[in-house]
Formats: sequence, C-alpha cells, structure tokens
Amino acid sequence: MTLERTPESARPPRRLSAEQRERFEAQVLPHLDAAHNLARYLLRDPHEAEEAVQNAFLRAMGYFEGLRGSDGRAWLLSIVRNVCYTHFRRRRSGGEKVEFDEEIHSAEPEVPEPEADLERSLAVASVREGLDRLAIEFREVLVLRELEGLSYKEIAHVIHVPIGTVMSRLARGRKQLLLALGAAVKEGA
Amino acid sequence: MLCRDAVERLSAFVDDELDPVASREVSQHVESCESCAAALASQRELGETLRRDLEYHRTPDLLRSRLMRELRASEPREGARTRQGIAAWRWLSAAAALVVVAGGTWGLATLRSGDQAIAREVVSGHIRSLMADHLADVASTDQHTVKPWFSGKLDFSPPVTDFAAADYPLVGGRLDYLQGHPVAALVYMHRKHVINVFVWPKAGEREAMAPAATERGYHLIHAEHSGMTYWVVSDLNAQELTAFARMVLS
Repeated sequence: MTLERTPESARPPRRLSAEQRERFEAQVLPHLDAAHNLARYLLRDPHEAEEAVQNAFLRAMGYFEGLRGSDGRAWLLSIVRNVCYTHFRRRRSGGEKVEFDEEIHSAEPEVPEPEADLERSLAVASVREGLDRLAIEFREVLVLRELEGLSYKEIAHVIHVPIGTVMSRLARGRKQLLLALGAAVKEGA
Repeated sequence: MLCRDAVERLSAFVDDELDPVASREVSQHVESCESCAAALASQRELGETLRRDLEYHRTPDLLRSRLMRELRASEPREGARTRQGIAAWRWLSAAAALVVVAGGTWGLATLRSGDQAIAREVVSGHIRSLMADHLADVASTDQHTVKPWFSGKLDFSPPVTDFAAADYPLVGGRLDYLQGHPVAALVYMHRKHVINVFVWPKAGEREAMAPAATERGYHLIHAEHSGMTYWVVSDLNAQELTAFARMVLS
C-alpha cells in the first residue's frame, strides 16, 4: 500500500495547526470506522478498502478547512465514497477484470433499467451475498441506512443526490434483495 | 390508497421517512389489505436481517495507528514532540471549561487530571474488549441474568437495565480491571456499534455528567450517579451516546 501510487494523495497532506488537529480529532476521527465499513462494502475487497480509507483520510486532512458546520460524518463518508468511485474507474482503465457491468455505469451514477436488475437477481444464500451483488448505488444507500442509521437527508448529503432519489434507490435495492432472497428459498425447497 | 401506491412507499414507511399524511395513508391501507401487510412484514424482516447479519467492518488497528501517525506528522515540527501526548487531553479540558461557562441542567463535572488517566484506561479497556473477541463473560440480553452474575465477583452490585426497547439492547457483562480494581463492564449494542459501560462505586453524593469527550477516535462520557461512577465509551456518535448515557443514569 504505497501512497505515491494513487493520484488522490499526490497532493501532500496539509499541515494542520494544533487547533485544527484537535478539531479534526473531535469531528472526523470518531467516524473512521464508518468510513472503513462503507469502503469495505463498496469495494468488496479488504486491501482496496484500506487503501481507499487511507487516501480519504489524507484528503480529509488536506481539505479540512472545507468542513463547515459540524457534520464530520457525512463529510468524511462523502470523501471516502468519492475515493471508492475513483478506484472503480481505475479498475476499468487499468484493464482489470470487472465483475459486474453496473460498476462501470455507477462510476458516473446512472440508474439501470429495472428489467435488467430483475434478470440479474439470481438466487443468493445470504443477505451478504445478495448485497454484494447489488449495483453500487443500491449497496451504498443500504449500508448507510441499515448499518450507519443515517436519515435520508444525511444520505442525500453523502452521495450528492436529492432526497427523493435516496428514497427510490432504497426501495429498489430492497426490492431486488427480497427477490434474490426469495429465489434462494424457492430453490432450496 | 391503491396497493401499487402503498407498495411503492413501504420502504420509506419502514424508515419513518414519509410525511405524516402519506404515512397515515399507508398504515390505514395495510390494516385492510392482507397482501400489503405481508409485503410490509417482509420489508421489516429484511431490515432486521441486514442489521443482524451484516458484519460491521471496523478499521483494522494497524491502519488506525498508521493514520494517527499521519495526523501527528501533520503538525508543525516545532513543539510537536511536547504536544503529542497532551493534545487530546487539552481538548478535553477545553470542552470541560466550555461547559462550566455554558452551564446546564446537569451538575457538570470537569475532567480532572486523575480522570484523564482513567479515561485513557477506559478507552484501552473498550478496545481490548473488541480486539480479543472477549466482549462478555456472561452473554445475555436478560438483565436478571447479568446482574446476579456479578455477585460474588464484585463487592458491589452494579445497576443493570436492558434498553432493547429504545434500540440499545444489553448483550452481556464482563469483569474488567481499571485503576487497580475489578469493575463491572456492561455491554450494549446500538445498530452495529458496541458500547461499554464501566461501573464502580464512588463515595460521595455528587450527581454529574461530563460532555462527550474524544480519545483515539472513541467517544466517552463520564458521570457520577447514586454513589456509582460511570464511564460510557463507544465509537457511536457523541449525540447518540449522550442520549444513551442519559438513559443509563435515569
């Protein structure tokens, strides 16, 4: 995990004054686990998740002046999410094998056709597997809602979409999960 | 309301994110429609399954310490060495001072230097409980199992209450060791966040609760209540942790 390799961290971290560092420790640091958890679910790879969190942390230090108000959690999560999306783009440009097409689309978020989603809803054995198969834009809202307990407004803030979009993505993500889990039950019977 | 409209709104209904009018319409509809009621039940079940089965991926310790080094390295070189050990605690005293000025309904304690040492031990105890997969010696959600478990192990009986109704279920209890004495550690969960409540007796009638402080990325709240001293610690956000601490002390 070398820092030099990634474009996000090419900019050296800004030096924080003692006062800024104390504010950073109070407002941003408590949300490190939330950041790591999100990265882990978005990237589905422990090493990439760590790299993304590290990059996001350095960026957060560099842009700390930009944090107005006190919602350090939404702010840090938003940075982590951006870094994760950059990782996706790099996977694509690096010619790495991408498991699912929707990841390519979701790099510039785009809502896939519902019919296509249904076709992909293969039987899954667990919610974890079901979640991992969802397109990233559904995965992220479900993780933010169910594991972090964020309100729709806070999620909207993290992923930069209107609240109505948060609402419809959650509804559609859950519908796909239920279908996939239902299929698993039928096959098992 | 038509079934189609109700089904579309179930997800937001479960999240309590509908406006009051739409929310009332949905709840009226599911009362009279069996299939929508079943759809609502599976939405609820899905949420419970996700929260129960999905692992919460905490930051690995190595990564956390590497990031802490980055943060320390970001400080201007001059004076960095002397500041290192005390910066976090300066924040604590600043917060405490602020509260003294602001006042409030609680008789608020300030973190004295002795308390700062305890706070460090408390956070270490919390981290240890997460790392060693040794969260609870007695794993039970039943306060009537957890409380008697401590008798014979401690020379005091810690108050034990389950707050499952408020979504802070008790998950167990543990003996821990702070300040050279055995203490009770009560373990609660909120969503995927672990909360440790350390309790031991304290002489005096002081009733006090300090504002949430931060140490190594964790929040902690110190309080004294009914002859006991409490340290509440978690990675949960300060606001929710404060609300939880108030329940514990009520």
